[in-house]
Amino acid sequence: MEAAVLTDRFPRTQVLASKDMPTYQIAAEDLVAAVRFLRDAQGFDLLADLCGIDWKDRTPRFGVVLHLLSTTHKEYVRLHVAAVDDAVPSVSSVHPGANWHEREAFDMFGIRFEGHPDPRRILMWDAYPYHPLRKEFPLAGIEVPLPAADVAEVTGQGVEPAPMMGGPFVSPGGKMSQAEPSALDQSWNEQKPKA
Amino acid sequence: MVKSDFGYNSKVEGEVIVTRADAVVNWVRSHSVWPMPMGLACCAIELMGAGGSRFDISRFGMEVMRFSPRQADCMIVAGTVTYKMAEVVRRIYDQMAEPKWVVAMGACASTGGMYRSYATLQGVDNIVPVDIYISGCPPRPEALLDGMMLLQEKIRQEGGSLKRTFRGRTVETKIVR
Repeated sequence: MEAAVLTDRFPRTQVLASKDMPTYQIAAEDLVAAVRFLRDAQGFDLLADLCGIDWKDRTPRFGVVLHLLSTTHKEYVRLHVAAVDDAVPSVSSVHPGANWHEREAFDMFGIRFEGHPDPRRILMWDAYPYHPLRKEFPLAGIEVPLPAADVAEVTGQGVEPAPMMGGPFVSPGGKMSQAEPSALDQSWNEQKPKA
Repeated sequence: MVKSDFGYNSKVEGEVIVTRADAVVNWVRSHSVWPMPMGLACCAIELMGAGGSRFDISRFGMEVMRFSPRQADCMIVAGTVTYKMAEVVRRIYDQMAEPKWVVAMGACASTGGMYRSYATLQGVDNIVPVDIYISGCPPRPEALLDGMMLLQEKIRQEGGSLKRTFRGRTVETKIVR
């Protein structure tokens, strides 16, 4: 698909730089129409992925990325939508498979999907007060009560921050870093192939 | 049965076996431990492997996996217990009839394993008393069978009540016979 096909029909669309597949910045108001147009007129009939992004310093802070696959033309397209007031229109009316993806993005980032048929959390429990994949949320977690009050009463257990430094870690000697757990051995990684 | 539990000599006592009630009851219990397979992650695959013909958990009288907690004796917690699932695990444990035992299978059920995160309970012993911990990620079926044999040994040594430590204090359950 040529970029002009999308930018002519939706003039607010911008082409974004990308190393792997054609990527477009879509205005939130155009999103549902654009996804429907791509599905019906351009053959992008499979929603491969839908996820949220926390850009941290950008305004608007949150974005949603959609990967669409054309099973007939064998090509991908990526759409990025900036969330206006933490909200993005739901595309689950076009691709029903977006339903659970959007619930996950809501659960993890707090992005609201306008028009979603069932806007509940999907991974954490309903009363959980945070959105864990936001940049400011610590990996260890934040103390809150256990979801079931009766179980919490019997066991005395709450949702506690996981031990990061004080926990039962085994260090191969030397000082342990104060950073959250990550791979220490960087002698080869994605950027630097193994010798 | 533990050898010392019997005072049996066929030449002296004929067809009479003298023993203690505890020993007989424990002997029966230890050879029909019906598990409640609390399969929560990949450990459950190894649990299924232990149930298959190659490892054959039925050699120990444990092949009767009961998905109803009312009919199960031993909850095998096989996998990562999230905070969301902790409620369910505890509720199912509460629904099991005494006497009951809990096996924490693998690193996640024992300590939270590699999941040092906001979502994971750091060891199922925070919500239920655990009798046997099995190391491994996941443990091989042999390790599970070894743990279950340890549990059998523990059952054989039980007296008139079950004593377990739970969150630092001793919990005692009187067994009605």
